[in-house]
Amino acid sequence: MKTAEETKWSLNRVLLLLLFTALAIFALFPIITLAIASFKPAQELLRNGLNLSLDKELLTLSNYTNLFSPKENYVTWYKNSVLITFTFTVLCLLLSSMVGYALAVYKFRFRNFLFVLVLIIMAVPLEIIMLPMYKLAISFHLINNMWGVILPFVVAPLPIFFFRQYAGGLPRDFLDAARVDGCTEYGIFFKIMMPLMAPAFSSMAILQALASWNNFLWPLIVLNSTNKLTIPIGLSTLLTPYGNNYKILIAGSVFAIIPVLIVFVFFQKYFIEGMTAGGVKG
Amino acid sequence: MSKPNVTRVKQTSGSTSISSLLYSQKIAPYVFVLPFIISFSVFFAYPVVSAFIMSFQEIVPGSSKFIGFDNYKELWNPTFFKAIKNSTVYTALTLLLLIPIPLVLAAFLNSKVMIFKNFFRSTLFIPALTSVVVAGTIFRLAFGELDGSLMNTFITALGLEKQRWLGDRWLGLMTLLILACWRWMGINMLYFMAGLQNISKEVYESAEIDGANTWKKFTNITVPLLKPITIYVFTISIYGGYAMFTESYMLWSGNRSPKDIGLTMVGYLYRSGWEQNNLGLGAAVGIVLLAITFIITFVQLNLFGLFKKEE
Repeated sequence: MKTAEETKWSLNRVLLLLLFTALAIFALFPIITLAIASFKPAQELLRNGLNLSLDKELLTLSNYTNLFSPKENYVTWYKNSVLITFTFTVLCLLLSSMVGYALAVYKFRFRNFLFVLVLIIMAVPLEIIMLPMYKLAISFHLINNMWGVILPFVVAPLPIFFFRQYAGGLPRDFLDAARVDGCTEYGIFFKIMMPLMAPAFSSMAILQALASWNNFLWPLIVLNSTNKLTIPIGLSTLLTPYGNNYKILIAGSVFAIIPVLIVFVFFQKYFIEGMTAGGVKG
Repeated sequence: MSKPNVTRVKQTSGSTSISSLLYSQKIAPYVFVLPFIISFSVFFAYPVVSAFIMSFQEIVPGSSKFIGFDNYKELWNPTFFKAIKNSTVYTALTLLLLIPIPLVLAAFLNSKVMIFKNFFRSTLFIPALTSVVVAGTIFRLAFGELDGSLMNTFITALGLEKQRWLGDRWLGLMTLLILACWRWMGINMLYFMAGLQNISKEVYESAEIDGANTWKKFTNITVPLLKPITIYVFTISIYGGYAMFTESYMLWSGNRSPKDIGLTMVGYLYRSGWEQNNLGLGAAVGIVLLAITFIITFVQLNLFGLFKKEE
């Protein structure tokens, strides 16, 4: 009887394994084809489209060398993206953690009101305010300026929500002990609570950096001179109804994924914690 | 023996000065939330109000005048209806595909029988790391109309006719949906898995003792206990569906799909606001979009009975 049970289990196991292997192939397949295409000349793509053939005759590194040639803007876009992502992430974490922390730890007037506002912002499609934001960006001289990309969304509702949840779970004894020791409220936050919230900082850092790195619509609106663009916007300018610059587009896309993949491999845990944070609302 | 070396705060006579007020426990929370208040007022409240006002205005460079409901009347046109329809069909179908399937997959992946859980969880998550621009580029090429493009090679190998994927309304929609499934399947599965972690094993064990089979356990325990997560995924999917723009922008190189088969509401907003420089009309699109998402979210939360509970 036990053996029958075991074989039944193993059949299920094989079926599940097959199903998930198929799904994993579906997930990885597009990225692999892109990687293959990046080693083929652009003319080949124009003639035959994206395909899996690994004809040795065709394979070349020229797309990648071209990517870094001074006449292309890709390196500039990359620098812009790195700078914007870094600045955005640092500011966003600092400001949002302050807000989330205060909402969790202090009892003050407007606390609940402010929290409701955070929830509302999370639920409103920001696309609806893009036009007034654009006008605002013009009057603040933020067009074609990295601050224009960063500032409007730097105090973000999701990290506030997440930091609030996290700070709410920390022991309050630290607070009182630190106050007795003569630490100021800000000292408590920066010296004691911030280190305690390190796991929250890691997962939010990864998530916000990813969002900023891949951000599209708002940077598309704010940035328009070629040397100010970020990678996604720059790449999108290579696709036009009159022809596509595959040389840069494909290799550039691969190069845009690489840093994210590296970070993901090393910090999977935090990625996944950050992603699921929003869902676990006790 | 030795007394603990506690240094107490000296209550100096200057405690009423501005700096110590700033440091007091009363004021500190307001200092902490100040960035949010500023950013909320400047970059959210003001633009929302302003979008509302703009939607009643005709805006030309340098001046604007109120024209009542004219912008909304102008929206009463077949192209805008097409945009609403496209967005709605897309949202509905993503809900249909991207809630039940990931839920079942998460349950599978969480079962005792499954092996290599972490590997599959991570692998299925990887598409979410790519930007829509990169994902759109890949899908645009894979679903290209050339004989040698991936999808055409695939279906001709199955003995079918090659297709112009992005030239046909339904095939175009299908491409958008496959792209959506590719990018979101892993994430939604992850949400459900996170929810499953919170269900205690004992519930399942006692159900097993009562003789419940796998299906019974799934429908009577897993699904009901995952309700909060399901509501969350539902809500963000509605938001995501109606806010969809970049996917279509990438597949059809910038908002120009044949016969507007890929035009979404945000696409229409972008077209009227930026491409045609009609800011008033664009703002009106934004307000309609806001109204639609509000109504749907409200109805959906009501259906789930969220407002019946206290809290």
